Amino acid sequence: MKILEVEAINKSFGGLEILKEVSFNVNQGERIGIIGPNGAGKTTFFNLLTGDLGPSRGTIYFKGSNITKEPNYKRSRRGIVRTFQKNNLLDELSILDNLLLVLQRKHGLKHTWFRIRKEKYYKALYEEAEKLLETWGLTVQRHVKVKNLSYGEQRQIEIMLGIATDPSMLLLDEPTAGMSQSETDYIVQLLAKLPKELTVMIIEHDLEVIFGLAERMIVLHDGHVLIDDTPEVSKSDSIRWEVT
Amino acid sequence: MEIIIAQLINGVSYGMLLFVITCGLALVFGILGVLNLAHGSLYMIGSYVAYSLTTTFTQSFWTALIVAPLAVAVIALVIERTLLRVTYQLGHLSQVLLTFGLAYVFHDLTKWIWGSNVLSIRVPDLLSGSVTIVGQTFPLYRLVVIGVGIIIAAGLWWIQNKTRWGAIIRAGLSDREMIGALGVNINLVFTTIFVLGGILAGFGGVVASPILGLYPDMEFQTLILALIVLVIGGLGSIAGTFTASVLVGVLETFGRYLFPELSMFLIFGLMAMILVWRPSGLLGKQVVEG
Amino acid sequence: MKNVYLQFAIVLLLFAAAPFFISSFHITLLTEILILAIFALSLNVIVGYTGMVSLGHAAFFGTGAYAAGIIAQHVSANMLFTLFGAVIISVLLAGLIGLFCMKVSGFYFLMLTLAFSQMVYSFVYQSTEWTGGSNGLSGIPRPVLFGWEISNMVWLFYVIAALFMLLYAGLRILVGSPFGKILVGIRENETRLKSMGYNTNIYKYLAFVISGALGGVSGSLYTYFNGFIAPSDVYWTMSGTVLIMVLIGGSGTMIGPVLGAAMIVLLETTIASYTDMWMLILGSVFILFVIFFPSGLYGIWQDLSVRFQKRGGPSEVTKLNKKRAS
Repeated sequence: MKILEVEAINKSFGGLEILKEVSFNVNQGERIGIIGPNGAGKTTFFNLLTGDLGPSRGTIYFKGSNITKEPNYKRSRRGIVRTFQKNNLLDELSILDNLLLVLQRKHGLKHTWFRIRKEKYYKALYEEAEKLLETWGLTVQRHVKVKNLSYGEQRQIEIMLGIATDPSMLLLDEPTAGMSQSETDYIVQLLAKLPKELTVMIIEHDLEVIFGLAERMIVLHDGHVLIDDTPEVSKSDSIRWEVT
Repeated sequence: MEIIIAQLINGVSYGMLLFVITCGLALVFGILGVLNLAHGSLYMIGSYVAYSLTTTFTQSFWTALIVAPLAVAVIALVIERTLLRVTYQLGHLSQVLLTFGLAYVFHDLTKWIWGSNVLSIRVPDLLSGSVTIVGQTFPLYRLVVIGVGIIIAAGLWWIQNKTRWGAIIRAGLSDREMIGALGVNINLVFTTIFVLGGILAGFGGVVASPILGLYPDMEFQTLILALIVLVIGGLGSIAGTFTASVLVGVLETFGRYLFPELSMFLIFGLMAMILVWRPSGLLGKQVVEG
Repeated sequence: MKNVYLQFAIVLLLFAAAPFFISSFHITLLTEILILAIFALSLNVIVGYTGMVSLGHAAFFGTGAYAAGIIAQHVSANMLFTLFGAVIISVLLAGLIGLFCMKVSGFYFLMLTLAFSQMVYSFVYQSTEWTGGSNGLSGIPRPVLFGWEISNMVWLFYVIAALFMLLYAGLRILVGSPFGKILVGIRENETRLKSMGYNTNIYKYLAFVISGALGGVSGSLYTYFNGFIAPSDVYWTMSGTVLIMVLIGGSGTMIGPVLGAAMIVLLETTIASYTDMWMLILGSVFILFVIFFPSGLYGIWQDLSVRFQKRGGPSEVTKLNKKRAS
């Protein structure tokens, strides 16, 4: 089943064309790796999918609806959720508070203003948060402010917040950038355990991570889709060595 | 018809005064990232120093025109070197609040030194007459103010576009961190710009006082108009500030003449409309956030 | 939790007992502090919790004050009526100003709020028939509550103290609720909140309107208290003073703005007998706080208690963390 259809999207800043007539379809549950040199338009492409930027031309359909003009928060509610290339968390709040903010929308509590957010009033919310913290091994640090955590842990929270919303399509922007080998391995393990029906697109420079996860590979180069095939084909293709 | 042209001249000259005051504010905001809420106070101090010079010591408008901006420059230098410098690591909000506190302090100090009566400075004899162009009489001083405004705008434009300093300023307006990357002493740039802002405010104060007079709270009337011009014109563009100044000046003058009760509303209405239509101002490049 | 109820009860008792132990001068002072504390708390909703620094909050204070005064003069002095009217008009005004101010952020927001409040000021100043213009509005009848005129400062104090307790408790719940946490999230990182699926503009707008409504409440209380409204109550100096109260007290905390209001009112009363250069003193004090105590009186108190706790033993947080870790 097609979950995402991108039709000839184009994005230019001033006179500079970052993306040129990019089109492709994504089926539900697909794991897609996106690679390409710096400046190929990978992050811009994500920004167009999440609505953080609007395309100059072209159309985007998600689950059959035209979402080209929808703002980012509406797309997030539809299930298009991203992580950021640079850690973009609520630094002054604790891990738990970061997580609760994500979860409380899912629990339909966003307009609840008449009751203090406490464990005893919002049992289901806190239970889910605790479960997630346990899965991610962050139970002990849950009350620590995010800014006091290590870079790797912050990276991990970035992904956890994305998954916590129960997305139908998860966009990971360089999830393992700047992480040590052991941290990277840990992240790869976690990503491999994601539910089968979840569609994942991942931008990565670490090819091992991509080959470990992706079943389809898109090579972006200079705003074009250069290759769109299985990792094996992409790997064997000589062009890859030029572009990465 | 005659009245309309006369009002137009009044409006444009008022706009020029606003331009001189606002471009100092815009420069400091653009480069230092500090919205200087004491800018109106610097303007006011320029006016009052000029008043003292013209009435007591020298009796000369021309001396005042030189000395008052310099006096304000010294005050600006002291503020930047002692108070602002301390708060650079605290973030822009702290700096804005600091200048806000300063505005309070200056308000009482000027009231203490000069009292709270409404004062005015006489137009110098040389410029006090009027000229007749194509059968229409114009007050000479207003025309001179327009000329001065245009000269300053042209001068700033030339500095910004044709000199090395201008390149630094332009770099700083679009990306503050770039100044450092250009290998320039950033502290020196900050000090210079802040002092330059002070000079422009002081100069504006002297030139404006024969027209607008001196009275308590003058600094906030002016500050608010300058902020409106800044919002309407958009940041980082002398042309934008210039256009907005003339627009606000003319609208305010005509508004006061035609619907005296509504003049402020017209300006706020204009600002609201422009914000809805173009959130970054008429010619602004981007909205720089604090 | 019991602790909170206990604290609440103690403060309630103190307020109830106050008129029996302190002079009427001090009751008047305390009443003024409470009114301005409500005003500061209302501003704190946007400045402290949502991170939008406004320099035009007097617009709502003044609107509330004039609305209550004008309604009392022309319609009815019933307090429920005037208070309700003041809130409605403040909400409408905040709703209108908010539409424009939501389009911008950062210092642009500060400039716009300042500009709009000056617009309200010039409106008040020019509509002489209704507001008395530069002379202010006088001859406002005393408030009537349940058919009974509140003519005595002590009774007014009780009414205002009760309202203060109510609003304080309400705000505390609001900022602690899921809704309040979203506001804090916006203050910390609006981009992130958007990508979490929150339409942040709506929350900012709601916060702005709530803040304006409470500002209107404090304004109308001030009218009951003073019996007179001066246009200076709408002026930027009022906006500045309340912002200073919030920041000196400690923005983004519940008790901070109350402390700030108390400090400013007490300082002003003390200073008034020595000099009339109040703005000079206020400005200087504020500058000192900005440079040396950016987190305000509440921050100072917290630093002191942390130091005290270090001497006494591990703090609650460390104990908790240790317990969780084991």
